Amino acid sequence: MVLVYSDDKKLTFELLNKGKELTKELGKKLVAVAIGKDADAVAKEYIAHGADNVFIIETEMEHFKAEEYAGFFVKTIKETNSETILIGSNKNGKELASRLAGILNAGCIIDCINLHVKNKKLMVERIVYSGNAIAQEQFNSKPEIVTIPPKVFNPLPADPHHKGDIIKKKFDAEKSSSKIIKIQEMNAGDVNVEEAEIIVSCGRGFKNKDDIKLVSELADALKGKTVGCSRPIAADLKWLSEDHWIGLSGHKVKPKLYIAAGISGQIQHIAGMRDSGIIVAINKDPEALIFKSADYGIVGDLYEVLPKLTYAVKEKLK
Amino acid sequence: MNIIVCAKQVVDVSEIKIDSNTKKPILQGIPQKISDIDKNALEEAIKIKEKHGGKITVITAGPSNAKERIKELLAMGADEGILITLPEKSDYHVTSNLLACAIKKIGKYDIILCGEASIDMFSGQIGPRLAGILNIPQITYAQKINAEKEKITADRNMGELAITTESTYPVLVTVTKEINEPRLPSLMQILGAASKPINEWSADSLVSALTPLVETIELKGVPMTRKNIIFKDDIDQSVGKLVESLTKEGVLR
Repeated sequence: MVLVYSDDKKLTFELLNKGKELTKELGKKLVAVAIGKDADAVAKEYIAHGADNVFIIETEMEHFKAEEYAGFFVKTIKETNSETILIGSNKNGKELASRLAGILNAGCIIDCINLHVKNKKLMVERIVYSGNAIAQEQFNSKPEIVTIPPKVFNPLPADPHHKGDIIKKKFDAEKSSSKIIKIQEMNAGDVNVEEAEIIVSCGRGFKNKDDIKLVSELADALKGKTVGCSRPIAADLKWLSEDHWIGLSGHKVKPKLYIAAGISGQIQHIAGMRDSGIIVAINKDPEALIFKSADYGIVGDLYEVLPKLTYAVKEKLK
Repeated sequence: MNIIVCAKQVVDVSEIKIDSNTKKPILQGIPQKISDIDKNALEEAIKIKEKHGGKITVITAGPSNAKERIKELLAMGADEGILITLPEKSDYHVTSNLLACAIKKIGKYDIILCGEASIDMFSGQIGPRLAGILNIPQITYAQKINAEKEKITADRNMGELAITTESTYPVLVTVTKEINEPRLPSLMQILGAASKPINEWSADSLVSALTPLVETIELKGVPMTRKNIIFKDDIDQSVGKLVESLTKEGVLR
């Protein structure tokens, strides 16, 4: 079996598409896993999106915990006889896949951007060295565990006539001695940089928190309305929430237009935006790394450039 | 409190140059360093030791020249270093099992600290994998931790959620870059580190017949073709030219 799982439904649809392709090459069936008390509805959606079976793990646990979930998957993989396991690459998925691989002594690759089967072996690609290279990896044993980030593959369109079985299981969770004592929603608001078509980003070149309005004004003028930032602004200075953070450990974005103002262009940041359509850089340092990754650039003080650019864009789009 | 810190020697990714013909990264001759976030892990270990006393052991699985890097960690405040010399071929399975064997050999430990990921591969696999092998709880992506006598509490950044998790010992914790600012050792500390022990353990002496389950077949370059049109003139002119270019590209609508 090829097994897919993510706690993100949309991502599961994407995994199902790739999983379906692999089952055809391998001559196997596709099983999706859903975890929780009322998973029937979502199980039906997984079947419509290509799953041959859905394995529902019924549990009273309200939140993800890697220790217990890894225990569920050890049992599920055994029961379903799964050899290829695709897990959605969000933070939960990555720590789950890695722990599971440790327990099963299985090969595991995180953040695969390409997968195919060659001589019955899974071949995958992933980005390494901060986006400077792509490593092609071959699995030489089973089970094979990979995690796949969002938006790498498209979801299959739903087919309401697609048939599949739902199997319900209740496993005794092995209790871990760690426990969740508090959960807080991050102040997400309505920012979604990953879906944005136009992003204007700010970095260390900004002197004060209030100056970020220069970026949001340009974003508004461009009708993009989406503001991004590099690591220091979100993680160190906390001028913007982490929803705005673009980079290797922040969000990976691919808008049509990406404007980086006052961002030096550390490769960690580039790794998050390199797939953008057109990249524009504004920086007063002509040697700034960001210019190497940009289609267009202006060498100049962002405090002068941004208001003028905003004005010019407004005039143009009048 | 017995604390183990896992630290990896990596190439300094910010120094990587790209071969203009093959588009592949040139890795030879690039300076090596301890992966940044692993230093945050050590800094956190030192803070816990300052509060509760105990011993910090750093483990590095890598080539024999990693010994020099381990000295830096001893200067920062670790008490003892262990270098596991990696076999010629290794993967996450091999490395995590070697670390697990070394940790079992050390015997007593309360906390294992790792960086959330290494800066070269940024996979973040070793920490949770190690916790799985050792069958201990894992607390990942910690931004703030509070170690008490009987338990540890950590604030974790899980993207859309901020989660606080606690655990009794032993436990494995992975930290993010935001948790602290790693200290720079003083000259006295650097000199003092020379007398601290570094043990070299060969892979074979820890466990036999570990074979990689995944192998890297090829390292390919990433084609990055950008126009690199940079306007350096007078700002008004530059802005004008940029708006014109963006209009032609069809992104201004």
